[in-house]
Amino acid sequence: MPDGSLTALLGPSGGGKSTLLRVVAGLEVPDSGTIEFDGQDVTGIPVRDRGIGFCFQHYAPFRHLTVRKNVAFGLEVRKRPKAEIRAKVDELLGLVKIDHLADRYPSQLSGGQRQRMALARALAIEPQLLLLDEPFGALDAQVRQELRVWLRELHEKISVTTVLVTHDQEEAMEVADHLAIINEGRLEQIGHPAEMYDHPANEFVMKFLGPATQLDGSWVRPHDLVVHRDPAEGDFAGTVERVTHLGFEVRVDVTMAEGGPAWVQLSRGAATELDLGPGDPVWISRAASTGQNVVDPAGAPDAATVAQGLAPPATPVSSAEPSTDDLAPSTAR
Amino acid sequence: MTGRWRWPLRIAALTYLGLLVVIPVGSVFYRAFEHGFGSAWTAISSPDAVHALWLTFLVVLIAVPLDTVFGVGVALILSRHRFPGAWLLDAFVDLPLAVSPVVVGIALVLVYGNSGWWGNWLAAHGIHVIFSLPGIVMASATVALPYVVREVLPVLQEIGTDQEQAATTLGASPFTTFRRITLPSIRRSLAYGVTLTTARVIGEFGAVAVVSGLVAGKTQTLTLFIQDGVENLNLVAAYAGAVVLALVALAVLAVVGADRRVPTTERRKPRWRSPSDPSPSDSEMPLLSTT
Repeated sequence: MPDGSLTALLGPSGGGKSTLLRVVAGLEVPDSGTIEFDGQDVTGIPVRDRGIGFCFQHYAPFRHLTVRKNVAFGLEVRKRPKAEIRAKVDELLGLVKIDHLADRYPSQLSGGQRQRMALARALAIEPQLLLLDEPFGALDAQVRQELRVWLRELHEKISVTTVLVTHDQEEAMEVADHLAIINEGRLEQIGHPAEMYDHPANEFVMKFLGPATQLDGSWVRPHDLVVHRDPAEGDFAGTVERVTHLGFEVRVDVTMAEGGPAWVQLSRGAATELDLGPGDPVWISRAASTGQNVVDPAGAPDAATVAQGLAPPATPVSSAEPSTDDLAPSTAR
Repeated sequence: MTGRWRWPLRIAALTYLGLLVVIPVGSVFYRAFEHGFGSAWTAISSPDAVHALWLTFLVVLIAVPLDTVFGVGVALILSRHRFPGAWLLDAFVDLPLAVSPVVVGIALVLVYGNSGWWGNWLAAHGIHVIFSLPGIVMASATVALPYVVREVLPVLQEIGTDQEQAATTLGASPFTTFRRITLPSIRRSLAYGVTLTTARVIGEFGAVAVVSGLVAGKTQTLTLFIQDGVENLNLVAAYAGAVVLALVALAVLAVVGADRRVPTTERRKPRWRSPSDPSPSDSEMPLLSTT
C-alpha cells in the first residue's frame, strides 16, 4: 500500500477483512505468509513494537481513565516527559475536536466522540500505519455520514498511511483512495475506487461495488442501460414487468426475450419520457459512454490480473444510442 | 411494590432478619457484658485469647494474599485462554464451597499428616504442616479459595479483551497492561472478593479444627478459642471472643458497604451525569465547522 494512502478493505461480513487487519497489527498470528512494512518483515515482531495505531470496532476505550488519560496512555507507557505528553495530547484533542471533553470519562461520551477519542489515542504514538476496524459500524446513519467526511479531511491533514475495514461499499468509495475487495479470505481486486467501479476484475467485484444486472449474458450496471420504445440495431428486446419509483431514480424490471430478467435504473425524467407500464415491449441497449463497464461471467480472471487490479478484456459494444438526457420532453401521465 | 403489601412485607423481612441475626448476635453481646465490662476484658485479654486473636490475624495475613493472587490468576486463565480441561479447573474452584470444611480438613490430614502421603517426608525435613501454622493457613486458604475467582471472573469476561489489546497496540507490556488496564477494571470486584475471603478466613472453624490440633496458646484461632470456651464452660471468654469476632465481621462488612455506595463504571454502566450536562449527542457536535 502506498505511503500516505487511505485504503479500504471492503467485502461482505465474515470475509476475513478484520482478521487480515488484526494480522497486520500483530493481534493474530498468520498461519502462513509474512507481513512487511517498507520491505521489512515484521511478522515476528510483537504488537507493542510494531508502531501501529489500531482503532477497534467498538473503540475499546479505557473506561476507568478520562479522555485525556486515554489519549496520553501510549505516551505514558513510552515514558515521555510530562510536558511533552501534555502538549501532544492537547494538540490531538484539538485535532479531533474533543478538547472540551478532555476530563470526561468514555461512558459520558457519545459514540462519535468515543470514535474520535480512539483515533486520537491511536495517533498519539505517531504510528507508521493506522488501522481502523469498521470505524463507523457502531454509529447511526447521520453521524456516520459526518464522520466519513471528517475522517477524509483528517487524513488529508495528517497523511498517515491508513487502512480501514468496512462492509459498506458506499462508505469505502467515499472515504478511501484505494480499495481492496476481499471475499471469503481471498483478495478479489485492488485499485482505485472509480477505476474498479468501471473495470471490475470479476463478477463478484462488479456486483459488490454497485448495482449490476445481466444483459446478453454479461454483467452491466443498470444505470448504464438505455431503454427504447422502438427497436434499433444491437438492441435487446424485452417486456416490462414492473416500474418502481424510488425518489430520484426509477427501477424498471424487464423480462428479456432471450436470457431471463434484467433491470434498468432510469432517472425520473427519463422514466417520465418513456411512460412505461407493465407489459410494455421495450428495447434495451448499453449507453455509449460506458462501453467497458462489462464483465463476462464466463471469463474468470487469472491471479495476475487480480493482483494488478486490471479488468479482463471488455466485451466490445456496438450500439451508439443517444443517452436518456437527449430525449425530447413530453407530458407527464 | 404497591401500598397494600408494602408494610406487611417490610415487617416480615425485618422479623426474619431479627430472629435469625439481630436477636442471637445481640444476645451474645448481652451475655458477654452480663457480668460487667471488666470480666469480659479479663477473659479476652488472657494470654490464650490474645494468642488466638494474633494467630487468626496471622492466618488472614498469609491466606488472603495467597487466595487473592491465585484467584486473580485463575480468573485470568479462565477468561483469557482457551485450553482443554478449562471446565475442570472451573469446577475445581467451586469444590471447597461444595464439600464440607471438615472434609477439607480431613483431606489435608490425609496428605500432609504424619501418616499421610507426604507428611513423613516433610516431617523428616523438619516441616510440620498438620497441628501447626502451615496446616491452618492451608485449610483456611482452601475453604476461602473460590471467592476472589467467582467475583473477578464474570467482570473479566464482561469487559473482554479489547482494552487490553488496545493497550498492547499502544506499546504496553503485559505487566503494564495488567497493572494499568486490567487491574483498575476489576478493582471493585477484587476488593469485594478479598473482603469475602477475609471474612471467611476469620470465621473458618471446621477445616481449621481438624488440622490445628486445638492446642491453646499454640494452634488455637479465635473461632477455636470460642469453641473451647463453650466446651469448658468458660462462657464469658466464649462470649467475649464472639463479640470480638462479630466486631471484626461488622468492620469488614462496613468496608464492603462503603465500597458499594460509590457509583462505579464496573457495576453500573451508565455513569451519572449532572443536570447541567446534557446527554452527549453527536448531532450537536460542529464537526466540520473549522475545516
